[in-house]
Amino acid sequence: MVEEIGTTTDGDLIINVGPQHPATHGVLHLVITLNGETIKKVEPHLGYIHRSIEKMCESLSYRQFIYVTSRMDYLSSHINNHGCALCVEKGLQIEVPARAKVIRILMDELTRIASHELWWGAMAMDLGAFTPFFHAFRERETINDIMEETCGARLTMNYMVPGGVMLDIHPNFRQRVHDFIRLFKSKVHEYEEMVTGNIIFQNRMKGVGLLSAEDAISFGCTGPTARGSGVSCDVRKYYPYDGYEQLAFDEVLETAGDSFARYMVRIRELHQSIRIIEQLIDNIPEGDFQAKTKAVLKLPKGEFYQRVETARGEFGVYIVSEGGTTPYRIKFRSPGFSNLSALDHMARGSKLGDLVAMMGTLDLVIPDIDR
Amino acid sequence: MTTEELKSTLLELFPAAIPEEGGEWLAINVAPDELHDIALRLRQEQALNFDFLFCMTCIDWKTHLTMVYHFTSTRYRHNLVVRVKLNFTSPEVATLSDIWQTANFHEREVYEMFGVNFINHPDLRLLILPDGWEGKNPMLKSFEDPINMIRL
Amino acid sequence: MWSFSNISTNIDEWLRSFLNPTWTMVAEMVIVGICVISLFAVLGLVLVLMERKVSAWIQIRLGPNRVGPKGILQSFADTLKLLVKEGMTPDGSDKFLFNFAPLLAIIVAMLLMAPIAFAKDFHMWDLNIGVLYVSAVSSISVISILMAGWASNNKYSLMGAMRSGAQIVSYELSAGLSILTIVVLCGSLNLNDIIQSQVDGWWIFKGHLPVLISFVIFIIAVTAETNRAPFDLAEAESELTAGFHTEYSGMKFALFFLAEYVNVFIVCAIGATLFLGGWMPFHIGNWTDFNHVMDYVPSSLWFFGKTFFLIFLIMWFRWTFPRLRIDQLLNLEWKYLLPISMVNILLVTLMAILGWHF
Repeated sequence: MVEEIGTTTDGDLIINVGPQHPATHGVLHLVITLNGETIKKVEPHLGYIHRSIEKMCESLSYRQFIYVTSRMDYLSSHINNHGCALCVEKGLQIEVPARAKVIRILMDELTRIASHELWWGAMAMDLGAFTPFFHAFRERETINDIMEETCGARLTMNYMVPGGVMLDIHPNFRQRVHDFIRLFKSKVHEYEEMVTGNIIFQNRMKGVGLLSAEDAISFGCTGPTARGSGVSCDVRKYYPYDGYEQLAFDEVLETAGDSFARYMVRIRELHQSIRIIEQLIDNIPEGDFQAKTKAVLKLPKGEFYQRVETARGEFGVYIVSEGGTTPYRIKFRSPGFSNLSALDHMARGSKLGDLVAMMGTLDLVIPDIDR
Repeated sequence: MTTEELKSTLLELFPAAIPEEGGEWLAINVAPDELHDIALRLRQEQALNFDFLFCMTCIDWKTHLTMVYHFTSTRYRHNLVVRVKLNFTSPEVATLSDIWQTANFHEREVYEMFGVNFINHPDLRLLILPDGWEGKNPMLKSFEDPINMIRL
Repeated sequence: MWSFSNISTNIDEWLRSFLNPTWTMVAEMVIVGICVISLFAVLGLVLVLMERKVSAWIQIRLGPNRVGPKGILQSFADTLKLLVKEGMTPDGSDKFLFNFAPLLAIIVAMLLMAPIAFAKDFHMWDLNIGVLYVSAVSSISVISILMAGWASNNKYSLMGAMRSGAQIVSYELSAGLSILTIVVLCGSLNLNDIIQSQVDGWWIFKGHLPVLISFVIFIIAVTAETNRAPFDLAEAESELTAGFHTEYSGMKFALFFLAEYVNVFIVCAIGATLFLGGWMPFHIGNWTDFNHVMDYVPSSLWFFGKTFFLIFLIMWFRWTFPRLRIDQLLNLEWKYLLPISMVNILLVTLMAILGWHF
């Protein structure tokens, strides 16, 4: 570790942003070398919330380990669970019923909207505008209520299990999702008026945190972070799972590569998610919500990799099985970890105030980075 | 490119690599001292263009360690798994962080969790673990911590 | 009609009836001092509650509603909490400056109260250079912020203080220039003369476009001078945790907090005095009946109404806009506001010479 108090030999100021800091949304610790207000270096120190989930999973059965993954990217817990369930299904070659597939995609997209809304509010708060946070939560609460009714939880859902979903959807589900879509469509213009069109906001975001397409690929950035730089990388398009290939939706791409481009990608993704939900909500097929599976799951010997698109990017589950009831080794490829590694490259030479604009649009969730 | 074409192209370029099938994607086994050269070719060869290292990890097989690299190409969308077998006593492999910048963080994570030494890594320090954990590698199967570890 | 000036005259006569003139003056000064301190306390309580209610209204929530009816006692509870909290002084700090900085902030805010006319013929000090006095004394507030930032021995505080210094010194220029437009128009630095010159209409209506421009610049500049969003870079909680008052706690923090709100009140009072006619009622040309009705509203109500309208405006900014970056903040001042103010003051001078105003 570098000397964390005082200055460097060049007379630069070293400040610690975090582990407790309002801008880091969790326990991220950045050691920043500053020359006046200009950033010379950003060095992330991780691990304040490391729970060694990968090690824990080695002693959990294939049904149990999915519950732990909800605690990684807690804003996309459905999608994390989805990836793990898919990976186990791939190993066991379980055919998931059509109804379960549709429910899963609906839940994924609702989660994505909820996650993007939280991001939108938190990012505006980083930039000093408090009000958008409350406006975003007005819609997000509706999604949480829907989730609570069907899954019994508001944050760590644990709803997707190998073979389908744990429970059938609540009878009110369809109506409440319709209500949500109506509410969302009537309110989404406020987002544009309050934040997107604001001149101060645009000046803060445009040209800040530039990331070229080559660098985005080299740093392993995925999700809206890479798509803001023009890298087409939507897992739902290129490696579709659970029937995404049958749905009409667009991969959102922006080419500028700055914070504003990443912002616009997420805002436009909200509309694409709504589009997916609208296609499915009235077409949930009847049938089982869960395939018949054995009580104790045993994956055959081998390696299985499954990737899904979370709200932050590509989430990968890599299971190495020795044929037992517990995985021999599990690796979670978390999108935030790779996205964070690009922060130093993006931040060098910008002002301290820009750092929050960059971290805001990277949409970092610290438990996802630390795992 | 289909898996078959990819396999023949790879064998043409790297006769020493041992392909392995059965998994979802084509996998090749590579010796530790050849890894850097092969990785550079994978990245630069226009027909392959593996520009995206999307996952990188290590597996402890108790007798040896295996580095597993997952590559994909953003142009052709084909995937490749590269495995490198390392010996258990002094695991060493060349860094790939000069080819893919994402390897920087991932290698630091593998370094502290498995004790793999990455030759020529620009900044091989603990990333996640706090100070004083050098040499203790919690992800190894042999790691024991009677105080903090809960056996499930 | 009930008015503050009658009350003050009555008190003065009553005191004179049994005291000699020197003791009368001493007694009156004590009374004024007590009034200022209680006004401070009341303003702090009212403005904090108002801020919370306004922000709650903008943010579609209810705001404080547990302590007292509709939450109006919430500020009392908060003050009580701050009073009983330990005021810590960090180890590495410069103890004298650290403890003196919040006092200086509050002293400056108190001094600024002196020339303000709260109602017809009701002010503490009829100062013939009132405008100059306000600009001069308000400049001292930056010293308290720099002092706090330096003495805290904290890098966040230091950066906040430096930002604040750059910001307040810059924005004082355009604030001063926009005040000068009114001084040019009515030819006096005395706040009472300025109010009297608006008897036939407020300057914002009489002064055509140039005064409107200087009013807008004035509002922007004083928002920056009081360190409030979107110019709250000195505090910028997402970048510098709390800026210059990171290390302050308890009553020392509360004094900074109070000084901020009182400063907001004062700059809005000055704005109301200069541009909106102070305690002058709203009159429209020859509508004598309308004007007569307006005259029935007490002058203090006019003054506080206008002031609180401007305060609401500044609160509205705070809860709507994101924060500027430091270079954008200085660009706005030096590249836009200052040149515009300079051209504007020339226009106003021309207007005053040629008499092109009502």
